[in-house]
Amino acid sequence: MTENVSSADRLPGERDGVRVAPGAGAGTPPSATPVAAGHPAVSSDLELSYESGLEVEARSQWAYARMRFFRHKLAVASLIVLIILSLVAIFADQVAPHAYDEFDFEHIVAPPTLDGWHLFGTDELGRDYLSRVIYGLRTSLWVAFFVATLATVIGTVVGAIAGYYGGVTDNALMRLVDLVLVMPLLAVLLVLSAYLGQGKPVRVGLIVALLIWVNLARIVRGVFLSLREKEFVEAAKAAGAGDLRIMFRHMLPSTIGPIMVTMTLLIAFAILLEAALSFLGFGVQPPTPALGKLIADGQVQGFAAWWLVTFPGLVIVIVALAVNFIGDGLRDALDPQQRLRA
Amino acid sequence: MVTYVIRRLLYSIVVLFAASVLVFWGLSLVTSPIGFLRMQPNISEQTIQNIVERKHLDEPIYVRYGYWIKDVVTNKFGTETVSDQPIWPDLKRAMGHTLQLIIAAELLAILLAVGIGVYSALRQYSVFDYTATTFSFVGLAIPVFWLALMLQILFVNIYLWFDVRIFYVANLNSVDPGSGIHFFLDRAQHLALPILVLMVASVAQYSRFMRASMLEVVNADYVRTARAKGLEERRVVMKHAFRNALIPLVTIVALNFGGLMGGAVVTETVFALDGMGLFFITRLNAGDPYPVMAFLMVTAVFVIVFNLIADLAYGWLDPRVRLD
Repeated sequence: MTENVSSADRLPGERDGVRVAPGAGAGTPPSATPVAAGHPAVSSDLELSYESGLEVEARSQWAYARMRFFRHKLAVASLIVLIILSLVAIFADQVAPHAYDEFDFEHIVAPPTLDGWHLFGTDELGRDYLSRVIYGLRTSLWVAFFVATLATVIGTVVGAIAGYYGGVTDNALMRLVDLVLVMPLLAVLLVLSAYLGQGKPVRVGLIVALLIWVNLARIVRGVFLSLREKEFVEAAKAAGAGDLRIMFRHMLPSTIGPIMVTMTLLIAFAILLEAALSFLGFGVQPPTPALGKLIADGQVQGFAAWWLVTFPGLVIVIVALAVNFIGDGLRDALDPQQRLRA
Repeated sequence: MVTYVIRRLLYSIVVLFAASVLVFWGLSLVTSPIGFLRMQPNISEQTIQNIVERKHLDEPIYVRYGYWIKDVVTNKFGTETVSDQPIWPDLKRAMGHTLQLIIAAELLAILLAVGIGVYSALRQYSVFDYTATTFSFVGLAIPVFWLALMLQILFVNIYLWFDVRIFYVANLNSVDPGSGIHFFLDRAQHLALPILVLMVASVAQYSRFMRASMLEVVNADYVRTARAKGLEERRVVMKHAFRNALIPLVTIVALNFGGLMGGAVVTETVFALDGMGLFFITRLNAGDPYPVMAFLMVTAVFVIVFNLIADLAYGWLDPRVRLD
């Protein structure tokens, strides 16, 4: 989307959204103006409005974001797909045609067949691969959401502290970020999981999260650095608000757009990372099925048993693709400025 | 500029030192070389004692770090714990293979991605643009190892059904690769699929980047000026827009290249290529921390050097970026 198109799209709407709030003094923080506060260059009209004592109604901002999101058809379709897949994963016990460890000795390494409802075929023990994929999806989705949430929290807190305090604190934290970025991610992940984190999904998730928060921290820091100089922060300080309150009540809401977008992309990233870890044998351990591990197990059966490799992989592609499209839609909706750059 | 380069160099050295501390301390905390020795089959208590003596394993951790650094600098990463084999020859050979792989993959990816990105930007919202965008989204969503396996399955089955060998699906060479042009062709047949696999993610990423950068430049004032003074479109695009749009790509390619040295783990594992990634995975599975540390240090050096190159290149190519 070009600059022209997106600003033309947005301007009339946001003018309508600006409500004159008589008497709203400088002390009232413009609490939900993520676009305006973070990126003054794009929406100079909003900037003007709160300098002259106007306030943007909190809810309308979200309404416009929602509107922009629903205009992104691929994102909406992806959201539906992801919801369906999540439901299938959550209700795996009810949905899966077989238990993931149920043997069917009539069908050993059978290609996809309607006989016994082995739609994705069976493996060397006659276990139904559709069921295993569904349970694997449950593990993988769970790990991905866990990782993304945890990494988002770490990244936000570190970025906020670095951006807000600046100076020595900022320097120290950013050098830490540099250091994490210097290490080859997958290799460090493999080392850590080899010695600490193999097995339970929680441990795998913890280790992945500890390494992928850095990009988010950088983004949040950037926004906080620019917000720090804003009048509403100064006003909050003058009103006697503490550092924590300013950071998390006043500044954080203005950062929520980039955070949500980055978190979505982190989910996709985490799915792919966890799959790679499990594939190499350093991720979630049997008997818990995970999608990457299923592919690795399928590979062992040789090149003729193509279904054992194909289906779990396709599911990963679909999930990662859906999450990426949703992230794209969210970027359109919440963070138009970043959209221009990407 | 000179001060900047010097400061940046010094900073890199500090980061490298910090990385070495992190690697050694980290690995020493989570592993126990003595425990690793005791798990070896057919190893006598006397041998263990000798190795402990030789590697100073009974010393406190900071003393061991000192010995390790000394080994790294004077002795090229020293030797493996049990066999006392030097680490460097294996690592060096693996590095050469990985370099062949990623240089080829990245060069092809850059050529392809620049073409796709520029054309997408010039024909924004055309069918081509949408197709390219969709492909890059898919490319970024495909797990590398799965793509590799699918290609293996495809080409193995082609071989089985039609008895045609187009590409090999594992190893670097045939048993008897010949020499000269035959060796080269044999190597190319072996590396084609891994290169393709590595290319997919790179092309997806770079083409998006190139498109965005080209769009930005095409709408810039000086391009409008160039058009306004009556330059023909081809010259506007090639001389004014394209060259400037390339600058941001240099940065991202340099960063990516540094990361790929340690990041081709999955591809090399699937295709059983004797590269850095496979070196790392086999040593990690064996449980010996010293070769793993060597690998981590080498990859960290690559990332740091390419970060430096990215920064310097950016300042050099774009006079608006003042380095001081």
